[in-house]
Amino acid sequence: MPGPDVTRMRTVQQALSIARKDLAIELRTKESLNAAGAFAVTILLLLSFVFDVTSEETRAIAGGLLWLVFAFAGALVFNRGFARELPNECLDVLLASPLSRASLLVGKAVANFAMLLVVEFVSLIVFGIFYDIRWWLHPAQLAGAFVLATWGIAIIGAVFGALTVNLRLRELMLPVIIYPLLIPLLIAAIEMTNLLFSAQPSQSDELLWARLLVVFDVVFTALALALADTILVN
Amino acid sequence: MPEAVVLEGVWKFYGDYAALRDVTLAVESGSCCALLGRNGAGKTTLLRILAGLSHIQRGQVRLMGESPRNEKARKQTGFLGHGIGVYEDLSACENLHFFARVAGVRDAKSMVSNWLDRVELGRVAAMPVRQFSRGMRQRLALARTFLHKPSVLLLDEPFTSLDDRAIAMLSELLLDARREGATIIFSTHQLREAFAIASHVALIENGRLRFTGERTPEMLEDPGLLYRRYMDSGAA
Repeated sequence: MPGPDVTRMRTVQQALSIARKDLAIELRTKESLNAAGAFAVTILLLLSFVFDVTSEETRAIAGGLLWLVFAFAGALVFNRGFARELPNECLDVLLASPLSRASLLVGKAVANFAMLLVVEFVSLIVFGIFYDIRWWLHPAQLAGAFVLATWGIAIIGAVFGALTVNLRLRELMLPVIIYPLLIPLLIAAIEMTNLLFSAQPSQSDELLWARLLVVFDVVFTALALALADTILVN
Repeated sequence: MPEAVVLEGVWKFYGDYAALRDVTLAVESGSCCALLGRNGAGKTTLLRILAGLSHIQRGQVRLMGESPRNEKARKQTGFLGHGIGVYEDLSACENLHFFARVAGVRDAKSMVSNWLDRVELGRVAAMPVRQFSRGMRQRLALARTFLHKPSVLLLDEPFTSLDDRAIAMLSELLLDARREGATIIFSTHQLREAFAIASHVALIENGRLRFTGERTPEMLEDPGLLYRRYMDSGAA
């Protein structure tokens, strides 16, 4: 019997193999990145024409605008995550293989995470140009907030992507299920982003929202790992 | 010989429809069992249960002494279903490397190149699978199934889409696997090929096991014999 360290190491290696495979396919097809990227940029552009707001007002709504766009764009990424395994019954082969269910979920979440970060970065550049927001004032904190919030969205997307993969209306069902669950995370991400877009953010508020993001990530990652065998029953 | 695969009183329902009815079957370690029967008889359901992909409502299933869903059992299983289970946007080589990593194959590089040569896909190893013919895809799927040297092979209609040369190649692969001690269970409609390879035969009709036993020389001479003798509707 392999020890817990060996098992953990193997789980990580298998998860990275899944993520690497998904990213390699995505780099070739660009199905998710094109769809999610085009959606995010288009919505941000359209909204920049719709609202006629002062720079102060823009700063106040910036976080909400960005994270709602990221959440919607994320659904486009997550829908493809497990759907990618359906042609040729690849999901069956993975489930019948020695791959642990936890590795499969985490691997999918890592791929979701990487794709969503790319979409977010492109959107942020467009956002800076069209909304005249200087988002680079606190780069390290902003990167931290984006990483924490994006991981939370990615792990939820992977779990519910797996649960809805065999539904006929999965494109509709996935967003309907994940958005209510994402509310605490989105509130924290929005508040933290608004703080970081201001010139002198309050460190105590920043820390509070960061803690909420960390708790959300830890809880949902732990739940995903613990329930992976139940979630991925064919 | 110990039994590698055991099914005891297995019932499987899809809604009200009983896809498998009280199936009891034991396959000895190192033997090759051909699952025969018409479309919808329950062959695929049985193989999916053995691969841990489908739940049973009643009965017991053991694969190398473990539940098929157990990681230990999955490590020892090679499964080829109706779908070929490879990614269209990856090359043959990338597909095999990916599955080798997932299965924890040691010396993956040489194993992959060895299997690509064995299924005669070495020349097109870098080509995306979407450009492959059906036969080439099926051969890649076979390489994927055999790659991690499983001790139990579950193959659902593996001869589909293969030309005569590829059928001979698959037969050779299966015989080699048996020589190395693997247990093979495969479903097929190609009776002649099945009887040429199989050491045992199981015949299913409407979810019930009609016959199970050793493959006899008579079956080889007259492939339709089993259907005529044991099935209600007669001819193969």
